[in-house]
Amino acid sequence: MNHESTMSETSPNSLSQTSPAAQMPAASEDMLRSDYIKICHFNFFYGLKQALFDISMDIPEREVTAFIGPSGCGKSTLLRNLNRMNDLIDGVRHEGDVIVNGQSIYDPHIEVISLRKRIGMVFQKSNPFPKSIYENIVYPLRVAGQNKKSVLDETVERSLKGAALWEEAKDRLHDSALGLSGGQMQRLCIARAIANRPEILLMDEPCSALDPIATAKVEELIHSLKKDFTIVIVTHNMQQATRCSQRTAFFYLGKLIEFDITTKVFGNPSQKQTEDYITGRFG
Amino acid sequence: MHATHKDDSLTRTHAAAGEPFVWLTAMGLTIGLLMVVGLLGIIVANGIPVFWPKKVYEVTLKAGINNPVPGGGESFAGEIVQTRTKRVPILTKTGEVEADQKEVQYFVGNKDIYGLNFAFVSRVDIEKRDLPKDIYAIERMEYGDAFVFPLDLTLADGTKIEAAGNNEFSSGLAKAVKISNSLRDEIRQIEKIQIGRINSQINELKVKGGGSPESVEQIAKLEAQYEELATKARTLRQEQQGAKITFRAPNGTIKTQPISEVVGFYQPNNLGLLQKTGIFLHNIWGFLSGQPREANTEGGIFPAIFGTFVMTLLMSIAVVPFGVLAAIYMREYAKQGFLVRSVRIAVNNLAGVPSIVFGVFGLGFFVYFVGGGLDRWLFSDYLPTPTFGTGGIFWAALTLALMTVPVVIVATEEAIAAVPRGMKEGSLACGASKWQTIQRIVLPASVPGILTGLILAMARGAGEVAPLMLVGVVKLAPSLPIDGEFPFVHLERKFMHLGFHIFDLGFQSPDSEAAKPMVFATTLLLILLVVLLNITAILIRERLRKKFATGAF
Repeated sequence: MNHESTMSETSPNSLSQTSPAAQMPAASEDMLRSDYIKICHFNFFYGLKQALFDISMDIPEREVTAFIGPSGCGKSTLLRNLNRMNDLIDGVRHEGDVIVNGQSIYDPHIEVISLRKRIGMVFQKSNPFPKSIYENIVYPLRVAGQNKKSVLDETVERSLKGAALWEEAKDRLHDSALGLSGGQMQRLCIARAIANRPEILLMDEPCSALDPIATAKVEELIHSLKKDFTIVIVTHNMQQATRCSQRTAFFYLGKLIEFDITTKVFGNPSQKQTEDYITGRFG
Repeated sequence: MHATHKDDSLTRTHAAAGEPFVWLTAMGLTIGLLMVVGLLGIIVANGIPVFWPKKVYEVTLKAGINNPVPGGGESFAGEIVQTRTKRVPILTKTGEVEADQKEVQYFVGNKDIYGLNFAFVSRVDIEKRDLPKDIYAIERMEYGDAFVFPLDLTLADGTKIEAAGNNEFSSGLAKAVKISNSLRDEIRQIEKIQIGRINSQINELKVKGGGSPESVEQIAKLEAQYEELATKARTLRQEQQGAKITFRAPNGTIKTQPISEVVGFYQPNNLGLLQKTGIFLHNIWGFLSGQPREANTEGGIFPAIFGTFVMTLLMSIAVVPFGVLAAIYMREYAKQGFLVRSVRIAVNNLAGVPSIVFGVFGLGFFVYFVGGGLDRWLFSDYLPTPTFGTGGIFWAALTLALMTVPVVIVATEEAIAAVPRGMKEGSLACGASKWQTIQRIVLPASVPGILTGLILAMARGAGEVAPLMLVGVVKLAPSLPIDGEFPFVHLERKFMHLGFHIFDLGFQSPDSEAAKPMVFATTLLLILLVVLLNITAILIRERLRKKFATGAF
């Protein structure tokens, strides 16, 4: 595939919202890209302060990749760069590149809005809009100009089922989303993030404000979502990383220390710092 | 020793707990509240009794005392307005000393007969006071109230009803007054509205038709209609003037007046509580719904209420989009830096510019520049008579909008800043553009804050007088800014305003003493109008607040 064709939005291989991963179930494991998200020598600065140092890693398609590390190590910063959420902050600057499915996210031809449509995000604090459950889920479709009721209804059901919230919410779709419990709200945010069939789902400590039961539900959900989405999850909880991820990246002070298969990172880490962290000697 | 020590430590704890500051802060609030309650109390206490029917005393003076009412002999009749203390020199055996004396102010009415409205009498000079049962208080179109003893009533068909010892007199008079009032309404309808409409049509034809045969023909047709209506009005007026009442004033003068000049009447010393309440409510209704008479000192103030209301509404419509757009730009789009900070300071300082300066600006920019331009462009046929190039309700509303826009900008900016960051990020992460986020997430959540700004703006705008005097307020507006005549909303018209009405009554009227009760009543009404507008906005805000309550944050 030459470079020009990957740049074009109309190329069949480029990721547009009408060719979601879910529509390619025939793809066998070995056809999936191992460098679906390719981060190349990435440096990131908040003003003069450098937050990320020369990060290079390949995140594989339709797997769960966990970012772990102590607070302030840059894992959230990296995650928020993947959908260019950090652009909103004044005075930030980056070096290097992030390539998603062969296409740079910093390509000047790419609109950041269409990028974010392809990459859903779930935040640490659940952030439902002060609207009904229904309107929360169809929000990504409405802002994309989709107002057909049949499509919206279908999306609400699919997303809520996908986020394991359908049974609890189906009778109160038009009630305010703010009436849900904390765990339900977070699952609603996941439903909203997958409503427009993104290819990648970024999760920034999605369970840190939830109780163990709600956490278990969300983890189950991550498990079931990984067959359709490439998931990157930031977590402080190492058990969670072992339970739901296939690969784990350990960050420390803005540097990527170790990135490998999860069982390898937790079972037999190659770096001393990783071992110290996962055994609880610091952080 | 030990006990003292204990006490000492107690007081120290007391001070350390910050107790004295509870008192200090509470004192600040109390002083503020007392001033507000005091002001409202004075206004209510003076404004409400205006409408309550008072007793009319017949006062007989001691021999040799000069009667303030001309030709009254030793007595006069009137309502007590107030009692005040006066220091007067008194001659005693030892010489002249000063002493306090109670002095009573009476409203004696009958200005057409006496030439004055009020009389001051020292209480010591009064021989006796009676409450004559058969005295009538007659409210008239001109010269204010009359306190008189009626003699007879002549109806339009010539029937004469004697007043003395006749029970039917009162009901007969009531019937005659009612007929006359309905005729007056009819005449008003013809003269003001129907003839007014024909006049404006004729004017338009004269300007636009340019003397073409069709226009001349049409003008002739309209003039015929005009004549017809004028004749009708004349006939009605003659009919109205048929009935007459003859009465004797307390000073003995006998006068006959056509019923057409009578608006209403009652027997002040012959009323039960129920009747008094009825008159009270009737007076309030007349005040709220009636047209002003007698250089605004009598009658109702409906045009002023309506003018204030419409002007405030127009101002709100103008100020909200203007202020909200500016706030969105400053908070969401502009790069936060020195320039934005300076603009913010400038906006806040704009709120401190004296309102009269805004009036001058409104006159120069809106009225002369924009209005004059509009006239040359769209209404050049009517020049030199200005249409928009003179003060009007639209220019007044825009001037006040400009004056109150800082309040809306500041409130909106704060409301936008209070929208949780997580909510905005959530929306952007869903693939919404910045504008979509503002429109669908930020603005709805800021509406309660915007309404707070609007409430403050309305309170300031509705009570403002000085700038309005330059850009469109008048003492007496011939027509309302919204009426049944096409195009129904007349933005170019001059209007009446409660705030200006207060100024006009209190300081510009020929008899400010007589107008004083009206000043209080009008003030009360202006406050009530502002409260009403605010309550409406607050109710809307509470509803929206419930809807957009962000419990998760």
